Amino acid sequence: MSGSEEPRRAEDGLPALLHEDLHTADDGGARGSGGERLSHGEATSRPLQPPAPEPQPRGAKLYHRKPVDHNEAAQRFIDAPRHAKMHDERLWDLRQKRDGQMHGLPEWEDLRELASTIKQHTLSNLGDYLEQFESQAKANGIHVHWARDGAEHNRIVHGILADHGARRLIKSKSMLTEEVGFRDYMASVGIEVVETDLGERIQQLDEEAPSHIVVPAVHKLRSDVADVFARELGTDPANDDVHYLAEQQREKTRPLILEADAGMTGANFAVAETGTFVVCTNEGNADLSANVPPLHIASIGIEKLIPRITDLGVFIRLLSRSALGSPITQYTSHFRGPRDGGEMHIVLVDNGRSARLGEPEFWQSLKCIRCGACMNTCPVYRRSGGLSYGATYSGPIGLILDPSFDRRRYSSLPFASTLNGSCTNVCPVKINIHEQIFAWRKVLAESHDIGWSKQAMMKAAGTVLSHPTLYRASIATAEGALKLLPDFMVANPLNSWTARGRAMPDAPKETFHQWYERTNGGKEEPS
Amino acid sequence: MSARDAILAAVRANRPQGDHPLPELPIFPFAAEGGLVEPFLRNLEAMGGHGVEGGDIEGILRAQFPQANVIASAVPEYRGNRDLAQVSAPNDLADVDVAIVRAEFGVAETGSVLLPDTALTVNAVAYLAQHLVVLLAPDAIVPTLQEAYRRPEFHRHRYASFHTGPSATADIEGVLIHGAQGVRSLSVVMCPLKTGS
Repeated sequence: MSGSEEPRRAEDGLPALLHEDLHTADDGGARGSGGERLSHGEATSRPLQPPAPEPQPRGAKLYHRKPVDHNEAAQRFIDAPRHAKMHDERLWDLRQKRDGQMHGLPEWEDLRELASTIKQHTLSNLGDYLEQFESQAKANGIHVHWARDGAEHNRIVHGILADHGARRLIKSKSMLTEEVGFRDYMASVGIEVVETDLGERIQQLDEEAPSHIVVPAVHKLRSDVADVFARELGTDPANDDVHYLAEQQREKTRPLILEADAGMTGANFAVAETGTFVVCTNEGNADLSANVPPLHIASIGIEKLIPRITDLGVFIRLLSRSALGSPITQYTSHFRGPRDGGEMHIVLVDNGRSARLGEPEFWQSLKCIRCGACMNTCPVYRRSGGLSYGATYSGPIGLILDPSFDRRRYSSLPFASTLNGSCTNVCPVKINIHEQIFAWRKVLAESHDIGWSKQAMMKAAGTVLSHPTLYRASIATAEGALKLLPDFMVANPLNSWTARGRAMPDAPKETFHQWYERTNGGKEEPS
Repeated sequence: MSARDAILAAVRANRPQGDHPLPELPIFPFAAEGGLVEPFLRNLEAMGGHGVEGGDIEGILRAQFPQANVIASAVPEYRGNRDLAQVSAPNDLADVDVAIVRAEFGVAETGSVLLPDTALTVNAVAYLAQHLVVLLAPDAIVPTLQEAYRRPEFHRHRYASFHTGPSATADIEGVLIHGAQGVRSLSVVMCPLKTGS
């Protein structure tokens, strides 16, 4: 084997880190009984050096009725190199852990195909499965509610809490409740909401949205968490030891859990056959939220349905392996009815899902099981941070979900992609993510929801790309390539590539077609 | 129109085109030549759990938790000092140091144990206790999650949870911490089910 085929190695002999300066021998993380370093859950597969403190880059600036400027926020993220490197490294590590799990299961591709097929089947018979789920859940003693949109969901939950005189709600992480602005609504009606997932609690205390659907505070360094906890929980601002910070959160949250009036969870899956919903966490915080207070409310998007209990044998095998590269989450809990003396409510939420079901190009995005694998692999996401998208869902899956909520506000997001297709390749339910990103670009261009500069560029590029002869003539020389594009597209501040101080790449001296003709397809290439 | 009827009408009106039959689920093989206990324990350890191949419960508890004051037992093999049957509210269990329960079955593929409501007596004890000790019969291990989900427990219990190692988080810089919100440790003791119990 030639030297160039050997993967780069770090000092410890393992494949090189993306950022060598993050190398360290020990991160003080949990070890097994034999003393070996453990890497289950969202832990890194190798210890990483904590970067020195640096002000945390904040997310996209949000203005009323103005499209999110992902580029601007991404630039600020890149300009904070310690945050950007750690973010890039951790997420790429999750992607590599996922690959390791994939290689350990020979049936991986079969499982992906099954998961995709089961979801397609369920979505195309969703009315029947929702009715079956409802009737089973009711038979088990669960109260079932239906919400057309986020506002209706929030009113229903408020009503349940008001009926019980509940003042404090503890909850586990749920992207659906982020989507419907649940915490803001509850604050407006005077009900205290306490997030119990560590990452989500950090984000709540810092008044930021989660930046990743599985690891909500992945964009923060330990120094940022120490600042937030010192400010909001009164911890020692000089102590940014991760064990100390996690223990402080445990100690400060436990009394709130014990005294809560109600608990709330989301659901990863809802099983029509039995009326069961399934919640997966690593911290056990969903089980505390559900099992300590007398009242449990679960908010469930209608796309979470699956037909049979046995289908979980496909989805649970894929979920955590895809998300974290860990074979299963620490806790996978199945709720089929209220415990003795307890009360259980389910709110089934549409909020745009039924409309998306009717869009031939986009309905398959409803197969998503929120694992985040597409985010971990995406070069744009890893380098720009989830908050730069300024939306509930970020990364590749966000690019195709967000515009369906607000086309104008999220009109620039489908352009935050290189269309390399890696997201599609890692998706455990085989959503054609990169094709949908491209389809959204077309939709937004046709409905004039994107800015005029992007429209003009797409029009010019589209014309040229659809005429092979014109295209080849135009790029015949480096000068031609530049002539092809109007000046405002290459040297104008509106071109987001050159406006950031980057130069256009040097064009090759000879095109592929010229080389092919000159060498007779490579046969006459001088050696 | 009620929200329920409106949503059902919308998903039916927007039903995607095409034929999408529900697939049969095959059972994929699981390679375990030396039985299921060894891969179960190996996978449990990788998830941060502690496997104990056998021994007397009293001795295991004394060795592992010499400082424990409050021990809540839901198994006949050990008599604790907190009676779970007498608990009036889950938060009464906030001071439990160690809880002992029996799993219905284990899963070799992941090192998971299934703890249903009937085995816990009070569901919250498995999360409020500082440490959890789980008894598992060595002959009650299934190869993979596919087989696990063919078991009857999921049709029977109002609550059942797979525990795979202790409560864990690595939300800060990917550094792994055991004891995030729930138990700080999980030990699984291989212990055959006594006939008649």
